[in-house]
Amino acid sequence: MSEYTYESAIKRLQEIVKLLENGGLTLDDSVKLFEEGAGLAKFCNNELKNAEQRIISLDDIGEEQQ
Amino acid sequence: MNIMMNIPTFTVSQANRYIKSLFDSDLGMQSIFISGEISNFSNHYKTGHLYFSLKDDNAAIKAVMFNRQASRLRFVPENGMKVIVNGRISVFERDGVYQIYVEGMQPDGAGALAVAFEQLKKKLEAEGLFDEAHKKPLPSFPLRVGVITSPTGAAVQDIFNVLGRRFPKAEIIFKGVSVQGASASCEMIEALEEFSRKKCADVIIIGRGGGSAEDLWCFNDELLARAIYACPIPVISAVGHETDFTICDFVSDMRAPTPSAAAELAVPDMTALMMNTASLTERLYGAVGSYLKVERRKLEMLLEQRSFTDPGRFFNSEYELLNRNSVRLKAAAEKILYKEKNTFTEAFSALERLNPLSVLLRGFSLVSHNGQIVESIDKISKDDRLTVQMSDGTADCLVLGTERKNKSE
Repeated sequence: MSEYTYESAIKRLQEIVKLLENGGLTLDDSVKLFEEGAGLAKFCNNELKNAEQRIISLDDIGEEQQ
Repeated sequence: MNIMMNIPTFTVSQANRYIKSLFDSDLGMQSIFISGEISNFSNHYKTGHLYFSLKDDNAAIKAVMFNRQASRLRFVPENGMKVIVNGRISVFERDGVYQIYVEGMQPDGAGALAVAFEQLKKKLEAEGLFDEAHKKPLPSFPLRVGVITSPTGAAVQDIFNVLGRRFPKAEIIFKGVSVQGASASCEMIEALEEFSRKKCADVIIIGRGGGSAEDLWCFNDELLARAIYACPIPVISAVGHETDFTICDFVSDMRAPTPSAAAELAVPDMTALMMNTASLTERLYGAVGSYLKVERRKLEMLLEQRSFTDPGRFFNSEYELLNRNSVRLKAAAEKILYKEKNTFTEAFSALERLNPLSVLLRGFSLVSHNGQIVESIDKISKDDRLTVQMSDGTADCLVLGTERKNKSE
């Protein structure tokens, strides 16, 4: 799940929900998609949690920062 | 002649120098403000000096503005423009003309800043710096928000507060700068360049709180505008109040009416994101729930069919079919077996009939000579020793004579 960012995760989750809502899938595919979606939902939720504002001075950031 | 002799004679140079000394010794000439309309304007493209006349309805005065002063102008003077200049009046000895050496100039009436603003705006617009196509979209989930503003004042607190309330997840990378005065635009340009170089922000807010037009003037700096245009990170400008527009606002990727509004634009609302995630999760479970419900209903409908509700019936018919088939199979097999048996019996009795030993049983004997079956009288002659085999033993015999049976008989 770590290869996701919040943005890509929420986008994929939207796709999955749409696929499942449209129906027409096999039980196997539905279960697989559901499992993926549940994982993404958990990931997104975690991404939104544990946030405490941090203020950093630009001067303290190294030049080689990505 | 005597009169002429008694009065001292000057050269032209001496005369002009004398006149110049009179101008230069007059305090009133050293610092003077003159309002008038520009005419005969020429911009010496090599030296950058400006030459023009100031005139009103009845009079004109020559004016020169050297490039050192002219380069500080915030607008481009042109013919017909009403201006107020300040400077000193002196004499250009070579030509014997007096003129005003202009130190500063500002448009009369409309205001220097307004004219400069309009001119710069027109220029940058023509260059395409305000094109919508160049504007970068703001990130929807920024994890680092760059803030360039004064470290003191309400703006920085407003920005921090809104960012913290809406989206505490985003780190704030702060660069304190002067937001008014001579060095402000340079400091802001350097800050933008530092952010770009360090790539340490997903979006940048640049701005300050409200103030006079002069206070906000540094946000109309041409070089700052170009720095914002060149910045690879999306820039939100937030200068003064809603009614204040600066060049920065036009060139930035997004203009916010106030610093607080800039913070609102920069980050998403965490609560809204949480609600969105929750609603998607709900839909996910709902979709699977209704999928399972549909599939279960399909299964139930299948189970309601006769073969399931009355399995005996299903099995009966299957059994009947099976039974019928096995009867047929048995009959077929028996038929085959019977046929095989007959063939075998026939073969067996044929074999039986051909067995010479069974012939012996019926009383016939088998005659052999030197191990060869004797089936013709021609094969033996008198005094041959023959073996006669019967069913229960053999006899050694001597041929006493032979007689051939006449064939024609």
